[in-house]
Amino acid sequence: MLELSGITKSYGTHRVLDDVGFHVASGRLTGFVGGNGAGKTTTMRIILGVLARDGGDVTLEGAPVTAADRRRFGYMPEERGLYPKMRVLDHIVYLARLHGFSKSEAEQRAESLLVELGLGERLQDNIETLSLGNQQRAQIAAALVHDPSVLILDEPFSGLDPLAVDVVAAVLQGRARAGAAVLFSSHQLDVVERLCDDLVIIAGGTIRAAGSRDDLRAQHRSHRYEIVSAGDAGWIRDEPGVEVVSFDGGYAVFDAADGEVAQRVLRRAVAAGDVTSFAPQHPSLAQIFKEVIQ
Amino acid sequence: MTAQTPSFAQSTWLVAEREIGSKLRSKPFLISFGILFLLALGGVIWAGFSAKSAGTTPVAVTSDAQQYVTGVAGLDITAVADRAEAEKLVTDGTVDAAVVGGGDPLGFSVIVESDVPSTLLMSLSQTPKVEVLDPANATDWIGYIAAIGFGVVFLFAAQTFGATIAQSVVEEKQTRVVELLISAIPTRALLAGKVIGNTVLAMGQVLILAAIAVVGLTVTGQTTFLEGIGAPIAWFAIFFLFGFVLLAALFAAAASMVSRQEDIGSTTTPLMLLILAPYFMVIFFWNNPTVLTVMSYVPFSAPVAMPTRLFLGQAAWWEPLVSLVILAVTCILAIVLGAKIYENSLLRMGARVKLSEALSR
Repeated sequence: MLELSGITKSYGTHRVLDDVGFHVASGRLTGFVGGNGAGKTTTMRIILGVLARDGGDVTLEGAPVTAADRRRFGYMPEERGLYPKMRVLDHIVYLARLHGFSKSEAEQRAESLLVELGLGERLQDNIETLSLGNQQRAQIAAALVHDPSVLILDEPFSGLDPLAVDVVAAVLQGRARAGAAVLFSSHQLDVVERLCDDLVIIAGGTIRAAGSRDDLRAQHRSHRYEIVSAGDAGWIRDEPGVEVVSFDGGYAVFDAADGEVAQRVLRRAVAAGDVTSFAPQHPSLAQIFKEVIQ
Repeated sequence: MTAQTPSFAQSTWLVAEREIGSKLRSKPFLISFGILFLLALGGVIWAGFSAKSAGTTPVAVTSDAQQYVTGVAGLDITAVADRAEAEKLVTDGTVDAAVVGGGDPLGFSVIVESDVPSTLLMSLSQTPKVEVLDPANATDWIGYIAAIGFGVVFLFAAQTFGATIAQSVVEEKQTRVVELLISAIPTRALLAGKVIGNTVLAMGQVLILAAIAVVGLTVTGQTTFLEGIGAPIAWFAIFFLFGFVLLAALFAAAASMVSRQEDIGSTTTPLMLLILAPYFMVIFFWNNPTVLTVMSYVPFSAPVAMPTRLFLGQAAWWEPLVSLVILAVTCILAIVLGAKIYENSLLRMGARVKLSEALSR
């Protein structure tokens, strides 16, 4: 488990991170979301040690992270970069060897990973001749080739088409299942929602929410319900403490003042006729996000 | 699944290997080196032919000096009665030089009008005193050509590979690949690998050019000239090695202070001047022993000036050793300083890093 606590960072008088703390559990995918300039990239660069922190601790399994630990980290920087004039396979092999693999092992790992990421046809091409989406895949291979125990990926899905998103998502899930701690940031909240086990939400340099996705949903559950009944549900409008969001014959979506009001609506509906569905509506990540950053 | 933390030396060599490999795959580099190679080959062949067509050196010899020139090849000897007649022939240009007896502890000396004929001096078994009748016009074009030769090779190799290091440092910063690299290996291993890789390339180039010179001179039969230039070439290679490492460390440090290729000039221009200055100074001052002596001890110009002095026979045997020690010490200081600047600047993107900031911390 990778843990951050009390991380602060200022550029001049501008404080960009203030008491940032959260953890990234092994074997789980942690989504890191926040608006532009919220501090995601700064936090990730501090985890990797490419940026010095002003205060706070980064620990791995309870001990401060060392340079040797970081060699077992995989990193995908925000601004993508590989040597433009190097061949794809050579480049990934080079990075694997820098991480300590023998030449033959590095070649074997690099090739199978690139094939898995769909670059099998482009192994001998220079990086600069690849499309942006394929460069992105090569960049992901660069982060994964040494089989890291901690993965820090800054916007791994940006610039990928939907099919490529699925390929990369599957690869990341595979790594998490194999025991790696994976932290990734993204602006694509639907992807984060679908993929991640845990969530960290940052805004203005402070952590606004952190925890498992399901817990966060439960915490931010609104009292919005959906009901589908046999008869006409027009009477719901006149019910005290209820605000109807949408309505169509026996179908209604409404906000109840509290759980008690919702139960009263359900009882009356059952008394009026058959109810085929009654369920609280889960807030989407986008809704939770908007709520916590306010 | 057996990744072991690579040693510092292994990391360094991996970086060096990549630097060498990527340069050897670069067409512009291969083409420019090919041109240099052909120029050097052409120069040696041309020198060989011109020396042959010149044939023999006309020399006036007095009877008491006859013994010193017997058996020396390449001389067209005119026997003269005494020193006065010899000087007359030298002055009117009938002969290039005169060998006269007496005066010098060696038992003979050489009289010339203005140009010291290196080929004559090198073909004599002992180097005698040379009397120049008209010193104002003194020029020894072979010395001049040697000076330019050392200057051009140093300028070209240092400039090519200095710029290569600078570009490769900035390329890594600009593409941010540096963030991947130093999350895997120590910053100093990255710097050391770059310096070593480019030094291997630069040294390789110098050794190939030296080999062309030696082989070319041997094949064209200029063995006497080769005997004179052989030792200076060897010294040049040794001086070049240290001189280049010195420049390479400084180039890497200077380049790490900027984040974009367009800004490289702002920090590497002073270093380019350090490379250009010795080249021009050795051309302007090659026949000024005082300036040349000073230059042969200044670390940045020593690789050009010291071999030139050795070739001209101006330096005592211990002088290159002293100069080399000065150069080596400067080289170590430059590596320490360069590594500090490099480490402090490498991850600072955007505006140029101020030198004071790069050196603090």
